[in-house]
Amino acid sequence: MSILGTRVVRKEDPKFLTQGATYTDDLVDERLTGALHATIVRSQVAHGKVLSVDTSDALAAPGVVAVITAADLKDLSPMPHGFPFIHESIVHQWLVDDVVQFVGDPVAVVLTEERYQGEDAAEMVAVDIEPLPAVVTVEDAIKDETVLFPDAGSNIAATFGADRPEDFFEGCEVVVTQPIVNQRVAAAPLETRAAAAAWGDDGRVTIFCSNQGAQQVKGQIAGWLGIEPETIRVVTPDVGGGFGAKIGADPEFALIAWIAKIVGRPVRWAENRSENLVGMVHGRGQHQVVRIGGSKDGKVEAYSIEVIQEGGAYPRIGVVLPNLTMLMAPGVYAFPKVHAKAQVVLTNTTSTGAYRGAGRPEATAAVERAIDLFAAEIGMDPADVRRKNLLPKFTEPHTTPMGATYDSGDYQAALDKVLDAAGYADLRKEQQARRDRGDVKQLGLGMSVYVEITGADNGAGALEHAKLEIHKDGSATVLTGTSPHGQGHDTAYSMLVNDQLGIPMDKITVIHGDTDLIPAGGGTMGSRSLQQGGAAVHKAAIELIEEARKRAADILEANPEDLVIDKANMGLSVKGTPGSTVSFASLAEKEELMIDTIFDAGVPTFPFGAHLAVVEVDVESGKAHVQRLIAVDDAGTILNPLLAEGQRHGGYAQGVAQALLEEILYDPDGNPLTSTLADYPFVSATELPSFELVEMETVTPVNPLGAKGIGEAGTIGSTPAVQNAVVDAVSYLGVRHIDMPTSAMRVWKAINQAGNNAGTDRKDS
Amino acid sequence: MQVSMTVNGQSRTDDVEPRLLLVHYLREVVGLRATNIGCDTTSCGACTVIVDGLTVKSCTVLAAQADGSEVTTLEGLSGKDGAMHPVPAAFHSEHGLQCGFCTPGMVMASIGLLKDNPHPTDREVREGLEGNLCRCTGYHNIVKAVLKAAEAGAAAGTVGASEVSA
Amino acid sequence: MIPSNFEFVRAGSVDEALSALTEHGDEAKLIAGGHSLLPLMKLRLAVPGVLIDVARLTDLSYVKVDGDEVAIGATTRHFELNTSQVAKDEVPLLAHVAGLVGDPQVRHRGTIGGTVAHADSASDVPTALLALDAKLIAQGPKGKREIAIADFYLGFFETVLEPDEMLVEVRVPKLGSSVGWGYEKFVRRENDWPIVAVAAVDGKVAMANMAGTVIRASATEQALSSGASIEDAAASAAEGTSPSSDMHADADYRQHLARLLTKRALHTAASA
Repeated sequence: MSILGTRVVRKEDPKFLTQGATYTDDLVDERLTGALHATIVRSQVAHGKVLSVDTSDALAAPGVVAVITAADLKDLSPMPHGFPFIHESIVHQWLVDDVVQFVGDPVAVVLTEERYQGEDAAEMVAVDIEPLPAVVTVEDAIKDETVLFPDAGSNIAATFGADRPEDFFEGCEVVVTQPIVNQRVAAAPLETRAAAAAWGDDGRVTIFCSNQGAQQVKGQIAGWLGIEPETIRVVTPDVGGGFGAKIGADPEFALIAWIAKIVGRPVRWAENRSENLVGMVHGRGQHQVVRIGGSKDGKVEAYSIEVIQEGGAYPRIGVVLPNLTMLMAPGVYAFPKVHAKAQVVLTNTTSTGAYRGAGRPEATAAVERAIDLFAAEIGMDPADVRRKNLLPKFTEPHTTPMGATYDSGDYQAALDKVLDAAGYADLRKEQQARRDRGDVKQLGLGMSVYVEITGADNGAGALEHAKLEIHKDGSATVLTGTSPHGQGHDTAYSMLVNDQLGIPMDKITVIHGDTDLIPAGGGTMGSRSLQQGGAAVHKAAIELIEEARKRAADILEANPEDLVIDKANMGLSVKGTPGSTVSFASLAEKEELMIDTIFDAGVPTFPFGAHLAVVEVDVESGKAHVQRLIAVDDAGTILNPLLAEGQRHGGYAQGVAQALLEEILYDPDGNPLTSTLADYPFVSATELPSFELVEMETVTPVNPLGAKGIGEAGTIGSTPAVQNAVVDAVSYLGVRHIDMPTSAMRVWKAINQAGNNAGTDRKDS
Repeated sequence: MQVSMTVNGQSRTDDVEPRLLLVHYLREVVGLRATNIGCDTTSCGACTVIVDGLTVKSCTVLAAQADGSEVTTLEGLSGKDGAMHPVPAAFHSEHGLQCGFCTPGMVMASIGLLKDNPHPTDREVREGLEGNLCRCTGYHNIVKAVLKAAEAGAAAGTVGASEVSA
Repeated sequence: MIPSNFEFVRAGSVDEALSALTEHGDEAKLIAGGHSLLPLMKLRLAVPGVLIDVARLTDLSYVKVDGDEVAIGATTRHFELNTSQVAKDEVPLLAHVAGLVGDPQVRHRGTIGGTVAHADSASDVPTALLALDAKLIAQGPKGKREIAIADFYLGFFETVLEPDEMLVEVRVPKLGSSVGWGYEKFVRRENDWPIVAVAAVDGKVAMANMAGTVIRASATEQALSSGASIEDAAASAAEGTSPSSDMHADADYRQHLARLLTKRALHTAASA
C-alpha cells in the first residue's frame, strides 16, 4: 500500500520538541565567532528632513565598536525598487540622511560587542529630524498636496487596468455600490526577522537569515550591493513562520552583510517585536469600491471592483498584489461582465508586502461581500444568489473574463457540502427564533465560496528544482529549492521518495535553504511547494528508477523492460524472479546515483472551497464570537491529510483574525499605534473555535500528483465568511455592511447608525 | 551580581548584570536556546519556562529574581533515555506544531495547565493557553494535543511529578 | 528589548525594604512580580536606578480572616488569591477577579500589592477592591497607616504612597458567600486589559478604565440606594466619568459599556 494519502506524523518534530529548533538568532556557528551585535536606529518621525545624526555619545558608550551612518555607505547605491512601471526616482537609502519616509526608516546602525550594550548605545544616537507633513491615509495621498518623492510627481505610484465604461451597468435592475476597506494587518510570524553575515578569507560572504527563499535573497542582495552572486552564500536555518512577509530579501539583510565587510567582523542582528511591527512589510491594505448589478431574480450581470492599494513608503511586493486581486476579481462566479482597476499609492507608513493569500483574499472578500449585499438588496438568501451565479462544474480549463484559466472546479458541490455539513436550514431556523425572541445574543451565518490561484510564481514560470541522491548505505538525500518554515516538507517529500523507492522515511534527508548546495529554487510561497517542489521530487524519483533500471539491467544482463521496482528491498528485480534484486545502494556503491531535475507545471492551479461561519453577536455590546467554522477546501489530491489539515487550521485562524480583530493603526502624524503584541491584537486560542473540516478532492491535471496549493486557502475562505456572518447577525436591525475588523465598537456603532437611519433612537437598555 | 539556580537539574552560579532577563540568562549564559523570545511584552508566551513549579514568562523575569530557584526548560523535559515527555509527545502525534517557534513555551504552558487542571475541557485548554500565541496552527491541534496528553493520564502520572514539581 | 541598568537590592524584611527606599529615594522602585514594572522598564518608559525586590518577603504572603475582615498580604500572588479557600468563602468577588488578571503565567508572578500600588486604572483587582471598600495598610519609617482605597489613587499611575512607604496589607470586609456580586470585564482577547470592567457588590459599583483612576459609579449607587431598578440605576453609570478615546474604544463606547456592564454586573449580583 502506498504511503501517499496517509496521516504520517512529522519527522521534523522530535528535534523541535526536545531540543528546540535552530533559528537564526540561535545559531552557534564557527563562522560567527566574535560577531558584533547590530542595533538599528530608526526614525521616530514619519516624514521629515534629517538635519543631523550625532553619534558621538553612542561611540563613547561601553562596548560600542562603530556607529554606521549614511556617510559610511557612500560606496553603495541606494536601493532601486525594481518595478519597471514605477518611477525610477523612488529609491530607498540604506541609512537615511535626507528624507525619512516612515516611522522605522533606518538611520544608523550601532555595533557592539554585547547585545545589551547595543540597546543602550542606540538610545544615545541623537537624530535631529525636521518634520514634514505626513501623508498617512490614502485619501490624503491621492490629493498629492504633499508628495513623498517629488521627482515622481505623485503619490500614485502605479495604475493597473482601465476606467469602468459608463454604460457598464446598463440594463441592470439593481445595482449596489459599497466602499470596502480590506485593512492593513501584520503577518506577525512569531520569529521576528534576523540575519547574520560573515565574510570568509575567500572573499565570499555567508548570510544567514530568516526567510522563505534563500535563492531569491541571494539574487536580490547581489543586485543591491553590486557584487557577483557567486560571492554570496545565503543560508536559511529553521524559520519561525513567514506567511508571505519573509518573501524576498529585507534591506536589513544586505545592510548587515555590507557592514560586516566594512568593520571586518561578522555581524548579527535580531530585531525585537516593536521593530518587527514597523520594519517588516505589512499585508493587505486595500481600499475598494465594489459595484454589483443584476436582476431582481438574483442573476448578476456585471461586477466591478476599483482598488486603491496602500504601498507604504517604498515600493515592495505590495505594489504588484492588486494584479492578483484583479485577476481573481470574479472568483467562482459566471458574471457576464467584469471590470477591475487598481491604483497603488505611497504613504508615510511601513511598506506593504505579501501576507497569506497576497492579493487573492482581497478579491474574495470583495466579491463575497458584494454577493451578500446584492442578496440583501433583493431580499434573497445569499446561498440562493450564489447558486444562481456559480460557474457550473468543469473538468476542462475555464477562462474567466479577467483572463485566468481555472484548471478544474466544482463550486456548487463545495457550497452544497458545506451547507449540508453545517445544517444550514436548521441554523436559519435558530437564527429566526432568536430574532423572534429578541435575544441579546443573535446568530449570524456567513458563507463564502472561493477560488484562488496557487503556484503562480509571479509569471516567472511554474517550475522547481529537485536533486535526489542515493547513498552507498541505502539512505537518500533530497535537495529542494522550496523552503519550509513549518509546512512539513521533510515529511512530505520523504513520503514521495518512499512511495517510489521504498526507502524508509528515516533514511531520507531533506535539505533546503542553502544556495551553495541548491543554487536555483523558488522558495516556499504562493502555496507552491507540493505542487511544484513535491512534483519535482516525485519526478526525480521516477527518473532515478529509470537510471537505476539501465544500470541494473546491465548487471542482471536483463532487458530493462523486464525489471520491476522492488520497494521491500529498495531496488530493482527481474519480473517474476524473487531474490534477483539489485539494490539502489549497490548501484550507488559502483557509481554516483543522483538525479538533478526540474519539474515545470507550466501553469498555476486553482484550489477552491466554501466556508460557513456561525457567529454569535451580543447586540448590546456589539461583540462577535465565532462559534463554528465549517470548511470545504479542495486542493486536489491530498498527500498527507495531517499536514493539509494543519495548513487549513492555521489559515482559518489568520482569516478569522482579520475579520474580527487584527488591524495595523497609525495616528494622524503617522505614528504607529500597534507596535507591540500588547496593542496589536494577534488572535489567541480563546477567540477561536475548533474547526469543522469537510473533505473534497478534485484533482488537477496540471501536475502528476494531482495536487493544488493548500497553504493560503483557509485564510482566503474564512475572512469573508466571518465578516458576512457578523453582518448577517445584525442585518435584521438594518445593518448593511461593517468593515473589518468587525470589532465590538464597530458593530455597536453600525447598529446605532442603522437605528438612526430607520428613525428609531436605540437607547441603552 | 551572583545568581545561583538549578536549571534542568543542574545547579550553577553565574555572575550577571542585575538587568539580565531570565530568558537571556537561559539562552546565552546557560546555552539553552530552545526557549524563544517572540514579543518582549509578556504577550506571546514563547519564553514560558517553569520556575519553582510555576509557569512564568522568562522575558519578564530577571535572572536576579530567579536566584535560588529551580528552572525547567523544554530541554529538561526529555527523560535520561531520550524518551519524549508525554506533553511534547502529544504535540507530535496531534501535529500541534508547525514552525516550532511558539512550541517550547506552548509545551511548558500546557504542562502548567495540566498540573492545575488534569482533565480540562476544550474551552479550559483555550483559556489555560490564553497567554501563549501561535501563528501557524490556529490552535486547533494544540488543543487536541493537550486534551490527548490529559487523556493519556499525563497529568496524573508523569507530568507535574518529578522534574517539574512545585 | 531590555531595561537600562539598575542596582538590584533584595530585601530580607519589610524594614530592609523601607530602609533601602529611604536610602535611595526617588530613584528606587519596589519590585515584586514585576509584571507591571518590567514591561515599562523594557520599553524604557520607567528607568529606576534601584530595584528593591520584595517578592521574597514571604511573611507578607497570606490570605487570612482577621475579625470582620479578610487580610491579604501584599506579596500574595494573583494565583494564590484566586485559589485561596478563605478568599473564595469570604470575598468570592476578589478571588474570582484575581483569576482574571492577565494569563496564568502573569498570575503566577503578579502580586496584589504590586497591582494596587501600580495604579493603572485599567486593572481588575483594584476595581474589585474599590467596590469592596478595601483598606490599604502602608508602612513607612514612622510605622503603619491605614488608607481607604477610595482615598488612595490620585491619578494615572499616581497614589498617596510616600516615596519611603510600601504597601504591606490589603483588608476587605468579610462578606461571605451569600452576598451577591458581579464582575464584567470587556476585552477584545481574554488576556487583554479590560476596555472597561465593572465590579458590583453589596450595592456598590466600581469601574475600570473610565477615568484616570478606578472609580465608583456614584450616581448608580445613589439611585440603587433610593430604590431605583437595576436598569434605571445602570443608566447613570457613566455620569461623571471621563474615559479616554484610544484605538481600542472611544469615550462614547466606553460610556456605553459602563452602563451595559453595570447593568449586567448588578443583575448577576442580584441573582445570587
